[in-house]
Amino acid sequence: MVERQSPLEPEFHVGSHGNFEHGVEIILTETGPGSIMQLAAWPGEEKKLIAAIRTVTGLALPDGAGGGLSDGVKSVFGFAPGKFTVADEAEGLADAFAKVVTPAIGTVTDLSHGRTAIRIAGPKAEWVLAKFFAIDFALPAFPVGAGRSTTHHDVFAQIQRTGSDQFDIYVFRSFARSFWKALCHASEEVGYEVQ
Amino acid sequence: MLITCPYCGPRDVIEFTYQGDGNRDRPDPASQNFEAWNAYVYDRLNPAGDHNEIWQHSGGCRAHLRVVRNTLTHEILSVAFMRGTHTSTARRKAEDKS
Repeated sequence: MVERQSPLEPEFHVGSHGNFEHGVEIILTETGPGSIMQLAAWPGEEKKLIAAIRTVTGLALPDGAGGGLSDGVKSVFGFAPGKFTVADEAEGLADAFAKVVTPAIGTVTDLSHGRTAIRIAGPKAEWVLAKFFAIDFALPAFPVGAGRSTTHHDVFAQIQRTGSDQFDIYVFRSFARSFWKALCHASEEVGYEVQ
Repeated sequence: MLITCPYCGPRDVIEFTYQGDGNRDRPDPASQNFEAWNAYVYDRLNPAGDHNEIWQHSGGCRAHLRVVRNTLTHEILSVAFMRGTHTSTARRKAEDKS
C-alpha cells in the first residue's frame, strides 16, 4: 500500500502548548485510521446496509438519526439519512465492504486518503468545540458514539463522540492543516498537549 | 433563524442553502408547453405570509427539505424531507411501463 503522509505534519508539534501552567486541559492527536469509508443505502435498503456493517465490523448500529458506536479500533456513525461513516485502524475496509454491500443495497466510497481524523480530548473538549460549531455538545444531547455533521467556516466536519470528553473530527484532508491550526489556537487559553 | 432538520435537529440557517420556491411544478422535460415552462421559470406567488420553500441542509446531512416559512416573521412552521413527497419524471415513466 501507499505510505500515507499526514497533512498536519508541518504544524504538528508534539508537547504542551499555550497556557498550560495550571495543567493541560486539552489533548490533541491525529488518529490516522487505515480505512475511512462512506456507505450509502438506496431508499428502503437501510436495514440491509446496517446488517452489512455489522457483518464486516461486528458493530451493531443503534436506531435513530446520528446513532453510532466505537469499540476503540473500529467506529461507525450515521451522518445523514441512510448514510454512514465507518473507520478502522486497519486498512482494507473497502475490499471487505465491496464484497458485502451489493449494488442493489447501496454504495461504498473509500475516503481513507480523503479525510483526516483529529481527536480532541480532555475536560475542556466540549468547551473548545462549542467555539467552533453551533451544535449542542452536552452529553445528553450528544451521547457517546453518536455522530454529527456540521460545518466550521464552510469546512465540512463529521464529529463522533468517542468518550464522555473525547471527540473524533473527520475533515477534508485538504483543509485539515488549517483546521488543525485553528483548533490549536482555540485550545491555547486552556493549555493543550499534542500527542 | 433556526431550521430544525428532521435528521440533525435545530441548526443555524448558515448551514442551509435555499433551493427556491417550493410551489413550482416542473413540466416534463420533453414538454413543448411554453406556458407551463414560463410559469415554472418565472411565476412566483411572493406571499406576505406562509411560503412553501425548498432548502438543502448543505452544511450538514445534505438532505433536501420542504420548509414552510413565514416571510414576515421568518418563523419556520414545518420541515420535512423532500424524498417521498414528489414523484420524479423518471419514476413516473417507470410506473407507466409496469
